[in-house]
Amino acid sequence: MAAVTALRSSCRTAGRLVCIHRVRSCSGIRFIKSKYVCVFDKSALKFSHQQRLFRTSAVSCGQIVQFKLSDIGEGITEVTVKEWYIKEGDSVSQFDSICEVQSDKASVTITSRYDGIIRKLHYNLDEIAYVGKPLVDIEIDASKGVSPEEDVVETPPMSHEEHTHQEIKGHKTLATPAVRRLAMENNIKLSEVVGTGKDNRILKEDILNYLAKQTGAILPPSPKAEIIPPLPKSETLPAAPKDRARKIPVPVSRPIVFSGKDKTEPVTGFHKAMVKTMSAALKIPHFGYCDEIDLTQLVQLREELKPLAQVRGVKLSFMPFFIKAASLGLLQYPILNASLDESCQNVTYKASHNIGVAMDTEQGLIVPNVKNVQVCSVFEIASELNRLQSLGSAGQLGTNDLTGGTFTLSNIGTIGGTYAKPVILPPEVAIGALGKIQVLPRFNGKGEVFKAQIMNVSWSADHRIIDGATMARFSNLWKSYLENPASMLLDLK
Amino acid sequence: MVLRSSLKNCLQLSCILRTPKAGFRSTTSGSLIIQSTSNDVYQNLAVEDWIHDHMNLENRQVLFLWRNTPAVVIGRHQNPWQECNLRLLRQKNIKLARRRSGGGTVYHDLGNINLTFFTSRKKYERMENLKLVVRALKALRPQLDVHVTDRYDILLDRHYKISGTAAKLGRTSAYHHCTLLCNADKVVLSSVLKSPYKGLKSNATPSVPASVKNLFEEDPSLTSEMLLDAIAEEYATQHQTDHHITLINPADETVLPGINNKTKELQTWEWVYGKTPKFSVSTCFNMVYKDSVLDVKVDMDVKHGRIEVCNIDLPEQWLPPALSSELVKSLTGSKFCPNEITTLVTTLLRVCPQDEELQSRWNLLCENMIMLM
Repeated sequence: MAAVTALRSSCRTAGRLVCIHRVRSCSGIRFIKSKYVCVFDKSALKFSHQQRLFRTSAVSCGQIVQFKLSDIGEGITEVTVKEWYIKEGDSVSQFDSICEVQSDKASVTITSRYDGIIRKLHYNLDEIAYVGKPLVDIEIDASKGVSPEEDVVETPPMSHEEHTHQEIKGHKTLATPAVRRLAMENNIKLSEVVGTGKDNRILKEDILNYLAKQTGAILPPSPKAEIIPPLPKSETLPAAPKDRARKIPVPVSRPIVFSGKDKTEPVTGFHKAMVKTMSAALKIPHFGYCDEIDLTQLVQLREELKPLAQVRGVKLSFMPFFIKAASLGLLQYPILNASLDESCQNVTYKASHNIGVAMDTEQGLIVPNVKNVQVCSVFEIASELNRLQSLGSAGQLGTNDLTGGTFTLSNIGTIGGTYAKPVILPPEVAIGALGKIQVLPRFNGKGEVFKAQIMNVSWSADHRIIDGATMARFSNLWKSYLENPASMLLDLK
Repeated sequence: MVLRSSLKNCLQLSCILRTPKAGFRSTTSGSLIIQSTSNDVYQNLAVEDWIHDHMNLENRQVLFLWRNTPAVVIGRHQNPWQECNLRLLRQKNIKLARRRSGGGTVYHDLGNINLTFFTSRKKYERMENLKLVVRALKALRPQLDVHVTDRYDILLDRHYKISGTAAKLGRTSAYHHCTLLCNADKVVLSSVLKSPYKGLKSNATPSVPASVKNLFEEDPSLTSEMLLDAIAEEYATQHQTDHHITLINPADETVLPGINNKTKELQTWEWVYGKTPKFSVSTCFNMVYKDSVLDVKVDMDVKHGRIEVCNIDLPEQWLPPALSSELVKSLTGSKFCPNEITTLVTTLLRVCPQDEELQSRWNLLCENMIMLM
C-alpha cells in the first residue's frame, strides 16, 4: 500500500486538498469510482482530525506564512491580546479561532485564514498587537499554493465559485475549500449534507457519509484490512436501486469507528477532601444491621400535620420525625453518639445530638447537621431542615452548619433503593441509610393482609466500641417510636 | 439530520421574522427589530450569541431589544472579584453573567434596557448606532440634554452616564450593544458594583466608574416601554423598514436551534468565573482569638478561577505544621469559590485530631480565608 505510506509520511497538516492529489496520482491502486479515492483520505484524515489540537510531529515541509492582524475597523491600530486559543505546534483549520483581542470595549475573535500548523505566536498575553503586523506564523503545505498576503479581511477567495457560498436563507454552510471542491466534484449540494464539525461545519467525513447513503454503496474497509470483496460485488451488480438499498443493513466488516476519548482530570478541591475522609473511614471496622419499619401510622400523622406546618411557613417531610426519634433513641444508647479518639484510648460521649442529614448537591455529597436535636421539637427540626436545604441548594452553607455532627442519617430513599451499606463519617461511630417507602402487603395481628407503608433502614456502626446488641436495641427503639408515633409523646423532652 | 433540521428551522425563523406587511422589499435583506420575551440574562445573552453565530448579516441588520431581572454583567476579560461584591450578589440572589463582548461591568434590572445592533463585520459602526439612540430620545423628549461622548457613552446633562457600550467582532459579523438607564435601582447598583476584595492584582480590564442617573429622574413620565418603542421607530426609519417588533422566545429550540446549549454554557462556573484572566491575591487580615490578635498574611495565584499557588503565613505553631500544610495542599487546585472551599475544609476537619481548641482555630482561619472569595 505504497500510496498509504506515502500519504502517512506526508505532512499531516490539514492540507486535505493535498491528500486527494497525492492519492489520485498513485496509479497503483484501482478504484471503481473516483469517490472511493477519498477513503484513504478518510482514515488518514480521521487521524489528523482527532489529532488536530495535539502537537504534531510532522516533517517541516511547508511554507511559513505570516498571518497578519487584519483591520478591526473604526480606524483602530492597536489591540491587546487577551486570550490565545491555540499554542505553538497546534494544527488549525481555516476559520478556527486563534485568539481573542480587545480594543476599546470591543472584543474581537481572530480566526485563521489558513489550514496549517502554528509555528510562532508573536505576542504574549496582555501585550499590544498592531494591525497589519504579524500575529502568528502558520506553516502551510507548499503545494497548496496560497496566494500572497492581503491585509484586508475578505471572504474566502473561492466565494465567486458556484458551490461555496451556499447560503440558505440565513444559514451559511461552513466548509473548508477542500471539502467544497469534493462536494462540487461529486455534484453534491452542501445544503443537503449534515455537518458534524464545529458550528455545524461540513467535514470530509460528512460528504463521504452522504455519498454512501445516496448510492447505497458500502464503503470499503480501512486500508489495513485489505479486503477486496466490495469491488467484485459492485461489479456484478446489475441491480436496481431497490436491491442496493436492501444491501445497506449488511455492512461488510466495516470497522466500527468510535471517536470518543478517555479524559483524565486531576482530583481537586472537594473531591480531594472526600478521598481523604473516605480513606479514613476505611480504618473503621463497620458492621451493618438492617430492618424494615411499618410507617403506616406515621404517614397518616404527617398528612394531618402537614397543613399545620404549612400555615407556619414550614414544609414538613418525614425526616424531622426520623431525626427526633433517633435523638430519643440516642438518649437511651449514648454510645452511638460518641467518638473514639485516634489512638483508640478514649471514648468521648457527646452531649449534643447534632444529627447530620446527607444532602446531594451539584458538587456532590454534603452533610450539614441540625444542632442540639435533643432540645428541639419536631417543628423546630423541620424548620431548621428547610433552612439547611435552601442554603444547600444555593451553595451557601456555612462552616458552622457543616461541622460538629455527631450522628448521621442519609435519606437515600428519596432517590431510590431499599437496603444500603452506608459508610460512617469520621469522627462519628454510626450512620443510618433510609430506603424508599413502598406500599407492601403485610399481615396484621388478626392474620389479615393489609396495605402497609414499609421503609427499610440500614445501619452501620463502628464495631470497635459498638456491639450488635446495642445497635439492634437502638434500632428497635427507633422503630417503635416511628411505628407508633403516639409513643414518642411519652418520652418527648 | 442535524443540518437539515437546522436549515428548516432557519427557514422558519426567517419566515417568522419576515413581516407580512407591505414595505418589506426582499426576504433576505432588510432590517429586523426583535424583542425578547424573557428577562433571564443568560437566555438573552444566548440569543445574542445565536444571532452572531448563525444569522447571515451580509444584507440585513438586526436590532435586538431586551431587559433582565437583577443581574451583574461583566465584560469578557474582566475579573468578577475586582468588579463587584460577590457576597452581596449571592445574598440578594442577583445573577452574575459574563458576556462575550469586551468593556466594563454593568448592573441590569428591569429599569435598564439593552439594545444590540447586529451588522456584518464591514458595517460595524458604533457611533452611528449611538447617534440613532440619541435621535430617538430627542424625538421623544426634545428637552433632554443627551449626547454621545468619544468613549461611546451617552451622557445626560453633560455629566451623568445613562448608557455604556460594548462590542463583539467575529469573522463575518459583529454586534454592538449598549444599555440605557430608564429607572434602575441606583442604590443596589452602587452597592453591588463596589468590590470589597483587597489585594487583587490582575491584568483584567478594569471598569471605569461613573456617576449615573435614570432618565426617569429627569422626566418621570418616561417608561422603559416608551423608550424601547421610540428607539425601534427611529431604527425603522433609519433602515427603511417596517416598525414592527417581532417577539422572540429564547427558550424556543425550533426557532433558535441549539439555543439551550448556549444558555447552559453561559451559566457554567467555567465560563463565568473560570474565564477570569490570571490574577493574584496578596492580603493580610487580623484574627481575634481568645484575647489575642493574630496577623495572617495570605498570597494566592488564581488561574482559570482555580488556586494555582497558595501561601499562608501564620504565627508560628498556631496550627500544627502538618495541619497548615494540609490546608495549603487542599486549597491548591481548588476553585476560588467560597462554597467549594467551605465544603472542602469542613470535610477535611473530619480527619483532623478531635481537639476542640484545634478545631476552633481551624474554623477561624478557614472562615477568614473564605471571606477573601
